[in-house]
Amino acid sequence: MAFSGIEVLFDLNNLERLLGGLWVTIRIALISIFFSAIFGLIVGVIALNKNIYVGFIYKLYLESIRIIPPIVWLFIFYFGFATLFEVRWSGELTGIIVFTIWGTAETGDLVRASISSLPVHQTQSAAALGLSQFQIYRYVIIPQALRRLLPASINLATRIIKTTPLVAMITVVEVLKIGQQIIELSLLNNPRSAFWIYGFIFFLYFIICYPISVLSRKLEQSVNTNG
Amino acid sequence: MALDYNLMIDSLPLYASAAAYTLYLAFCGIALSVAIGLFCAFVLYYKTPYIGWFVKGYIELSRNTPLLIQLFFLHFGLKLESESCAFIGLAFLGGSYMAEAFRGGLEAVEKIQIESASALGLNRLQTALYVVIPQALIVSIPSIGANIIFLVKETSVVSIIAISDILAVAKDIISIHYATSEALIMLTLSYLVLLLPISIAAHFAEKKVKFGVFGY
Repeated sequence: MAFSGIEVLFDLNNLERLLGGLWVTIRIALISIFFSAIFGLIVGVIALNKNIYVGFIYKLYLESIRIIPPIVWLFIFYFGFATLFEVRWSGELTGIIVFTIWGTAETGDLVRASISSLPVHQTQSAAALGLSQFQIYRYVIIPQALRRLLPASINLATRIIKTTPLVAMITVVEVLKIGQQIIELSLLNNPRSAFWIYGFIFFLYFIICYPISVLSRKLEQSVNTNG
Repeated sequence: MALDYNLMIDSLPLYASAAAYTLYLAFCGIALSVAIGLFCAFVLYYKTPYIGWFVKGYIELSRNTPLLIQLFFLHFGLKLESESCAFIGLAFLGGSYMAEAFRGGLEAVEKIQIESASALGLNRLQTALYVVIPQALIVSIPSIGANIIFLVKETSVVSIIAISDILAVAKDIISIHYATSEALIMLTLSYLVLLLPISIAAHFAEKKVKFGVFGY
């Protein structure tokens, strides 16, 4: 019994509950990533616009997302909106909204950077060949930009997954909250349960994020070697 | 919406001292991360056997897990005291990010520079000190700046393990006075005051070093 306590993971249906809780955060992350990808493409293309007003609004949006920590955004949207506008979203919806806004800003910046990093002669040659504006985007710019975009956006996905556990702070019952519940329940007969439960959650996040970051690195290498 | 300006002004000292504390935490965290990052970057750059594997494992573990979970494990799992948890957590997280930044810089130093150094008769230590490191540091400045901003932002998470940073002050004001909007506005402003100068400084540093790259 000296080093044990691991049985807390297998007691009752604890394992099942923890995995169920993990699914809540992963679901928030996946939905946010999906919408960020769509909106990010749009925002990124808009950001290429040379208009100074568009540029200013875009910069303001991006910088305010980057400067204020995500947990503060969650608080603003969850507690702030409830008191200011009397709108009461569930914690999960708030999470999705905040992470989508954040993901959109970051994806937009990646899209803008990858398109503007393409050599100008690509567009010029395409125009010289008589391609229309739409065709230039469809056949020349987007396929090349996408390849540069992919590793960084996969990296962004792991960042979003790693930030989603913060929704536990706005009353979402996800893996961390369920972990706390299990620990409180087993406090008397298993004093070391916190070690195993939090250790297990730590491990869970690692086995989700590690393969994704390996994939991102592989893609980056293939982009670098293929030019 | 009618804001209680008196409350906001009254709570100013609380936010100021919490902001100072947050800066202190972030500063210690950043200093530790830089030390860990430099060590790891050199180990990886010089392909040190055995320690290299250990460092790689650490970087993967740190980069692929959330800080929140790391802190919970340290504080409740290992029962460490909250302030040391904050330092260890920030250093553990920041170390790997700094390592990647420095390694990127080291690898950007061209081979020909090292060859020229050895042609001039410099030994390995001299090459590292006078040729590789100065150039590598300049190249990694933009990513170091980004990491510093990232780490100061991440300190917002430490309030959950009973550390009275800005976020904890805001939460207290919300629960004592029910002044949600006021507390949140002050919270946002505090982060702007903390991070805008760093962000602007990082931006200028980046602009400046663009012209400081050698070998071209």
